Amino acid sequence: MNHASSENQVRLLQHLIVEMSLPFINLRNVTKSFVGQMGRTSTAVSNFSLDMERGEFFCLLGPSGCGKTTVLGMLAGFELPTSGEILLDGKPVRGPSRDRGVVFQGEDSLYPWLTALDNIAFGPRMAGNSARESRERAFEFLNLVGLTGQDDKYPAELSGGMKQRIQIARALANEPKMLLMDEPFGALDAQTRAIMQQELRKIWLATHASILFITHDVDEAIILGSKIGVMTAGPGGKLKGIVPVDLVGERNRKDPAYTEIYASVHDMIREEVAKVSRIPAGVPA
Amino acid sequence: MTLAHQPSVSPLPAANVSSGFRRALRNVGSIIPHLVGFAALFLAWHIASTYLVRSVLFPAPMAVLSKAIKLAADGSLFEHIAVSLRRIVIGFFAGSAIGVPIGLAIGSFPLVRKLLEPWTEFLRFIPSVAMITIAVIWFGIGEESKIFLIIYTTVFIVILNTAAGVNAIAPNKVRAAQVLGANRWQIFAYVGLPATVPFILTGMRLAMANSFTTIVAAEMISANEGLGVMLWNGRMYMLVDEIFVSLVCLGLLGFGADRLFRWGNFRFARRFSPTA
Repeated sequence: MNHASSENQVRLLQHLIVEMSLPFINLRNVTKSFVGQMGRTSTAVSNFSLDMERGEFFCLLGPSGCGKTTVLGMLAGFELPTSGEILLDGKPVRGPSRDRGVVFQGEDSLYPWLTALDNIAFGPRMAGNSARESRERAFEFLNLVGLTGQDDKYPAELSGGMKQRIQIARALANEPKMLLMDEPFGALDAQTRAIMQQELRKIWLATHASILFITHDVDEAIILGSKIGVMTAGPGGKLKGIVPVDLVGERNRKDPAYTEIYASVHDMIREEVAKVSRIPAGVPA
Repeated sequence: MTLAHQPSVSPLPAANVSSGFRRALRNVGSIIPHLVGFAALFLAWHIASTYLVRSVLFPAPMAVLSKAIKLAADGSLFEHIAVSLRRIVIGFFAGSAIGVPIGLAIGSFPLVRKLLEPWTEFLRFIPSVAMITIAVIWFGIGEESKIFLIIYTTVFIVILNTAAGVNAIAPNKVRAAQVLGANRWQIFAYVGLPATVPFILTGMRLAMANSFTTIVAAEMISANEGLGVMLWNGRMYMLVDEIFVSLVCLGLLGFGADRLFRWGNFRFARRFSPTA
């Protein structure tokens, strides 16, 4: 009796140790396949594994169609993996939750009937905070993303970049454990995109939020990320390799270290694109 | 209060007045094409009836106007209009009030859709005009049969548009609400409902036009008062100018109702459909 219970305790303790030693985010052999038209199955990602530490800005980079958005969708809980396991803080992800804030690519996730401020206050409001409390919190994040003075504007009255700022503020105001960003600047013009990248980097340096950022832009990944994960070409994409971005301070395209990272990431991507489009990898772009 | 405040305060109202005046001017300017359009319509009618057709069966606008003034003076015109409008308003709002929740339920729950689709898809193809005889047999020739018919003609359009609106909600709006911690009920109340408002309003606007068709047909067949009765009596006693008074009233009322609806939409519901 006594012996058995102490054995249980040991097992529990071992379990706890395993849990604690797990990375913050842990995707283990995740496969996602869809049944398409005429019953054909297509595999978006197969045997995808990824570990992410708390406070990391992880950029997931890959050619289009490699399944990077599928990875984000599963992590958000919008879709469940066909096989494999996704753990956040050691707990399996079973559906969407306020743990994981999402910034979507398009602006169709904003609520056009709410002002910028009320869009940002949506999460706190749903959690049962009073309207005043929620708005106070929303103001904080409105200022954080540089939208001071735009609080009573409706999304239709704001530019694309400002709408993405609302999305970021809305996700942050909910204080999630991590932020998932699905090519959030993909639809913006080049100048706005560059500004947004700098602002997001500033926010990350200030808050050290855990961020998974999906992109197909190598520069964007290097400017923003603390690590870059490159995916293989789809269908059935998996992680090809991880490139750490150990650049200090302002990230500058003229920095030789930057160029080096760019070259290695670019080569990895080119190999994958070549695989799909059957262009010899040796030919420079 | 202090002198220092005065210069900064006084220019403001002046600027407001002038900008308000300018806005009023712009509003007047924007309705001028509308007025010209109306004038052209009546001018064409005038030319056709006095120079081209010249028949007692096609009265000129001025003859119709003088008849309308006569009917207005003895009060009967306003009585007919009031009776018809009252039926439309009651039936239209009752029909919308019934249609919106049913449409929301159909759009939100596949099971409800399957259960109710046979009803909506069957009944919406039976025109309200075809229901007049049975409505009169069931409810008599009083108000009940007319209001029933207006509800009938309103309800299906509102249901279909509302359900379509629920299905047209961008998935990312719902997903965003999910990751922001909203539960199913909150998603319905704070995302689904407001996102559907433009579709509900479109359905109601279409239903308004149907209500006019239906009320005239119903009143022509069985009623003691209303614009449809004016039309029918005009035919019976060959009062062509009275028929035209009724027709013009219908056109103006419909136009006015639609404008009012659009104005209300713009004034109170614009934020729900920013693209409109």
